[in-house]
Amino acid sequence: MKILVCISKSPDTTSKIAFTDGNTKFDENGVQYIVNPYDEWYALVRALELKETLGGTVTIITVGSAGDDSIIRKALAIGADEAVRIDAEAKDAYFTASQIAEYAKENNFDIILTGKETINYNGSQVGGMIAEELDLPFISLATKLDINNTTATLETEIVGGVQVVEVQMPFVASCAKGMAEQRIPNMRGIMAARTKPLTIITPKNISEFTSFTSYTTPAPKTACKMIDPSNMDELVSLLHNEAKVI
Amino acid sequence: MSTIVYITSSNGIGKSAFEAVTYAKKIGGEVVVVTTGTCDSSILATLGEYGATKVLVERSVTTNDAQQVTKVIANAVEKTSANTIIFSHDINAKAIAPRLSVRLKAGLVAGATSLPTKDRGFTCSVNVFSGKAFGNVNVKTEKRIISLLPNSIQPEISSANCSVEDFNGNAGESKIKILSTKKPEGEIALPEAELVVSAGRGMKGPENWGIVEDLAKVLGAATACSRPVADIGWRPHHEHVGQTGVAIRPNLYIAAGISGAIQHLAGVNGSKVIVAINTDADAPFFKAADYGVLGDVFEVLPRLTEALKKFKASNN
Ligand SMILES: Cc1cc2nc3c(=O)[nH]c(=O)nc-3n(C[C@H](O)[C@H](O)[C@H](O)COP(=O)(O)OP(=O)(O)OC[C@H]3O[C@@H](n4cnc5c(N)ncnc54)[C@H](O)[C@@H]3O)c2cc1C
Ligand SMILES: Nc1ncnc2c1ncn2[C@@H]1O[C@H](COP(=O)(O)O)[C@@H](O)[C@H]1O
Repeated sequence: MKILVCISKSPDTTSKIAFTDGNTKFDENGVQYIVNPYDEWYALVRALELKETLGGTVTIITVGSAGDDSIIRKALAIGADEAVRIDAEAKDAYFTASQIAEYAKENNFDIILTGKETINYNGSQVGGMIAEELDLPFISLATKLDINNTTATLETEIVGGVQVVEVQMPFVASCAKGMAEQRIPNMRGIMAARTKPLTIITPKNISEFTSFTSYTTPAPKTACKMIDPSNMDELVSLLHNEAKVI
Repeated sequence: MSTIVYITSSNGIGKSAFEAVTYAKKIGGEVVVVTTGTCDSSILATLGEYGATKVLVERSVTTNDAQQVTKVIANAVEKTSANTIIFSHDINAKAIAPRLSVRLKAGLVAGATSLPTKDRGFTCSVNVFSGKAFGNVNVKTEKRIISLLPNSIQPEISSANCSVEDFNGNAGESKIKILSTKKPEGEIALPEAELVVSAGRGMKGPENWGIVEDLAKVLGAATACSRPVADIGWRPHHEHVGQTGVAIRPNLYIAAGISGAIQHLAGVNGSKVIVAINTDADAPFFKAADYGVLGDVFEVLPRLTEALKKFKASNN
């Protein structure tokens, strides 16, 4: 079984979020990048578990620049077999998804997994776009994935509940909490990652649909108004008259 | 020129659908709603109160399979020559809108929080970096899709005569077989809730959640929790809010016995008003809150519930 896992980078949650160039660019100064948690904890680890029980290979793919090789090595250290980097800045979701879909078309994967969303731009777009490019079924926000021969059973979030569905391979799924548990790479994994194959591919000529033109940071919160814990009537009155939320 | 709004109607229609129709109405042109499933025509016709003039229902598609729904919407777009398609940014939209984007070659704004401006053609604001900043997304394509973050605009009444028509969307067969569906009953869906009462480890144990639920009941609020509370099984996982859980932006978020870690705030800092209740004056939540109560949840929550009961009684 061949599994492709889409990996993106995201700034560590403690990173300072600031912008430069007249608020048109994310300020990467001092920003520590990590593997997007959904991609690492859920998509990648579940792919590895499936490989360990059923055999096959796990390929990770990222659209990014040479600076992203550190997150690729991390994913290889956790246990992926090989990595592919499409050498381009991930400009928008369509650009990213199309590059990945072009690679997937030539390499016949049984399962393509993405994370639920990237935590920097929170689009939840790339997985569905890859599925449409490849004309494959897309299971969005899966929290469980099991394989039985050529059939997969997945649990997914639906509006106000959960659904269990069955689908034939190949398919695309985006992975959410519940799918697997985080794995910490061990020393052997880290050593092995150094020699695992990383293929760098030139991007296809694809134009993006959207672009970020500028950013703003929210105005700092005004100081919190402290209320006497014995006087909840005052809080209710403030919520009604001042904040107007009740 | 018309604008298409896709809505999910399998559980009836709610506030997020009215928001999406209102948003489309403000963009201008005729508003045509597309939906799938078996919802009553009389219920769908109420979308006219928000400005929709037509509802196209594909009744043969009864699943939420994104591959099928995408085809239905694409066919409706062709039929109406719409060039803007609006979704409410819920779980269904996250599956369908990206597919539709590829199919129609239409740029997608996922999680828009504002109406488009004509800045460089067509630009919308979205939350980025887990709500720590806003970004302006410019759409370069001729057709465009906007998935509107719930609770970003208020539904507005704007009566129109609304016809409900059956529509054949040529959806094809679904490749996804639904084996079972579980729905928690009677609860207010967290992502759509306007008022949320949330609690954390400060509650000491699951047996103490009665006072949280009492408050939620009086308010008509949904309940939520911090991640460790869901991880140790005190509360169900769908209540977990934050960076790795559900992201919400209610009008009011009450946080009881939650420290206010950055990963928690990432999921709730879009809330309009935050109330933090904590015994620790240095709890980070007080920096993110609008109103703070330095006190013990076991005393403050029942007191707040009583105060609200009094307020509701005198306001009726
Ligand atoms: C990568 C990553 C992702 C994460 N994602 C999330 C996420 O999505 N959501 C999330 O919530 N967390 C997340 N976390 C965990 C987060 O960092 C915090 O550990 C967690 O939010 C703390 O939960 P808590 O506030 O309930 O518990 P604690 O940190 O234990 O805080 C309990 C609070 O209750 C107060 N308290 C105690 N007793 C009382 C009382 N009687 N009355 C009033 N107050 C009282 C205490 O003063 C304290 O402030 C994540 C962590 C990591 C590393
Ligand atoms: N640059 C990228 N390279 C590879 N995969 C990506 C990239 N960006 C996003 N993805 C994948 O798509 C998922 C959804 O991303 P997004 O649509 O940006 O929320 C992520 O969790 C990743 O699995």
